[in-house]
Amino acid sequence: MAFSAFATGTAQEQAPRRKSKIALFLLLPGILYLALFFLVPLVSLVITSFQAPIPNGDIGEYQTAFRWENYTDAIGLYGEHILRSFLYAIAATIFALLFSYPLAYFIGVKARRWPLLQNLMLVLVIAPFFISFLLRTLAWKSILSDESVVITGLKALALMAPDAHFTGTPAAVIFGLTYNFIPFMTLPLYSTLERLDTRLLEAGGDLYSRPSMTFFTVTVPLSMSGIVSGVLLTFIPAAGDYINASRDFLGGTGTAMMGNVIESNFLVTLNYPAAASLSIILMAVILVMVTAYVKRSGTEDLL
Amino acid sequence: MTVQEGLVLGEAVTAPKPPVRRGTRFGLGSWLLPAYTLIALVFLLIPIVYTFVFSFNNSVKWNIVWRGFTLDKWANVCDKAEVCEAFGNSLVIGVVATVCATILGTMIAIALVRYRFRFRSAISLLLFLPMATPEVVLGAGLAAEFLSAGVEKGLLTIIIAHVMFCVSFVVVTVKARVSTLDPALEEAGRDLYGSPSQVFWRITFPLLLPGIVAAALLSFALSFDDFIITNFNSGTTSTFPKYIYISAARGIPAEANVIASAVFILAIILVLVSQISSAMRRKRQARIG
Repeated sequence: MAFSAFATGTAQEQAPRRKSKIALFLLLPGILYLALFFLVPLVSLVITSFQAPIPNGDIGEYQTAFRWENYTDAIGLYGEHILRSFLYAIAATIFALLFSYPLAYFIGVKARRWPLLQNLMLVLVIAPFFISFLLRTLAWKSILSDESVVITGLKALALMAPDAHFTGTPAAVIFGLTYNFIPFMTLPLYSTLERLDTRLLEAGGDLYSRPSMTFFTVTVPLSMSGIVSGVLLTFIPAAGDYINASRDFLGGTGTAMMGNVIESNFLVTLNYPAAASLSIILMAVILVMVTAYVKRSGTEDLL
Repeated sequence: MTVQEGLVLGEAVTAPKPPVRRGTRFGLGSWLLPAYTLIALVFLLIPIVYTFVFSFNNSVKWNIVWRGFTLDKWANVCDKAEVCEAFGNSLVIGVVATVCATILGTMIAIALVRYRFRFRSAISLLLFLPMATPEVVLGAGLAAEFLSAGVEKGLLTIIIAHVMFCVSFVVVTVKARVSTLDPALEEAGRDLYGSPSQVFWRITFPLLLPGIVAAALLSFALSFDDFIITNFNSGTTSTFPKYIYISAARGIPAEANVIASAVFILAIILVLVSQISSAMRRKRQARIG
């Protein structure tokens, strides 16, 4: 699975060499690069998150300190945004799972007899990746705007209140997050379902199980590693996203997520400590949720 | 393309295919699922079609209302100088970042498969973490580092950021290719008195090339569409996604749709060509073996 791509100790047995100097030469540049531009930034984010404003300093001037209040302030001020981020991300993950499972099942199991069709459908699933993320979100904004055919149609059919809006609402943000991250869910699901041994499903039928029972007792447990990968791959970027929730895109006045407040604190109001402590909170909550989720789903060999 | 998109794509590129099993049929409504799949795929394509169609819109300033068909925007993309400049920046950043990330990542991938060394699991974790970290955190962290080091943000800082998040994807993609390589081929080269550099450039590198090309394309796609990390580390430098973000409030010109559509068509052609060529290779191998 995607998340086990770095699993250690598998298939490493071929030709162990003694020349550790060559290994060092091959590893060092890349590892140093990641240390310098991935690890050090995380550390400087932690340091920044405790900084205090310089007395009588300009906007955006901070000094190293140990100001715990940055965290309590951030939670006090942006508690609503933090909660919203995770609620939206959870909702989008659930919708993406419901949308993707039948799709991945058809491509991975039913379409096995036609490899060409299977490949074509996979290309269609990842096609959205090749058009700008921002433009495809803006496209939905126009397609679902108040003047659009879809919304006026729904209103004419009385399926929507005449004065209701879609864009700018939490529903629109969740819709956008779901749409943008569907391929993240579909591809890992597809790659486990494609390996599903269909004889097991036949066995279920032979043992007088109803199709729905076979599905929940055989298919779902066997595709669990795909579900876990898909859920993580959807949830993590969705929780940190700030495009969909932005007011110029699908969001409105009351839809800002953590990403939006991190961006505005960092780039607009130059309140670096607040942005940094929010980033650390985001990362910590994601790590806790991901660990708990992976433990519960019993796929602990992901890392 | 975002960082996590690359993870999914890398998976699609590297996942081994099981043998096809024929003659499996079972319930769940024989037409319900195909019909759903068709609708789902159409749904996924709606915004792409919309973006493509509106690249032909004879719009004046706002590209929202349909004002008639024109090829004008395709013929004169660079009339909107800012769009073209942003696009040019994105190309330069994409190419430089791809070259650097591909070299660094390929070296790591070879080391991971071919050599034993200490701290292997720590290194694997270090490679995995950037892919599991939200982009806002990656972007803000790097920006905080540049800030405390007093580095001026611009083209260079964007490239540094892009190389950082591309390296892990190169490693995943190339690693899959290295592990399929038969070490006996290199041994044969050494037995025939090939110097280490001859063995690498004449044997190892050509065999790894398909994996390296896939990794480079993935890196370029990631870099080209990255917005969140770029936004934190770009200063006043514009990139194509950043241009769209900034002009979203006042309306996107149709020229942006032209560029996005052209890139889309090119990417799909590349994907189809690679699919067809690998299918042909499989067929040829099946005939030989």
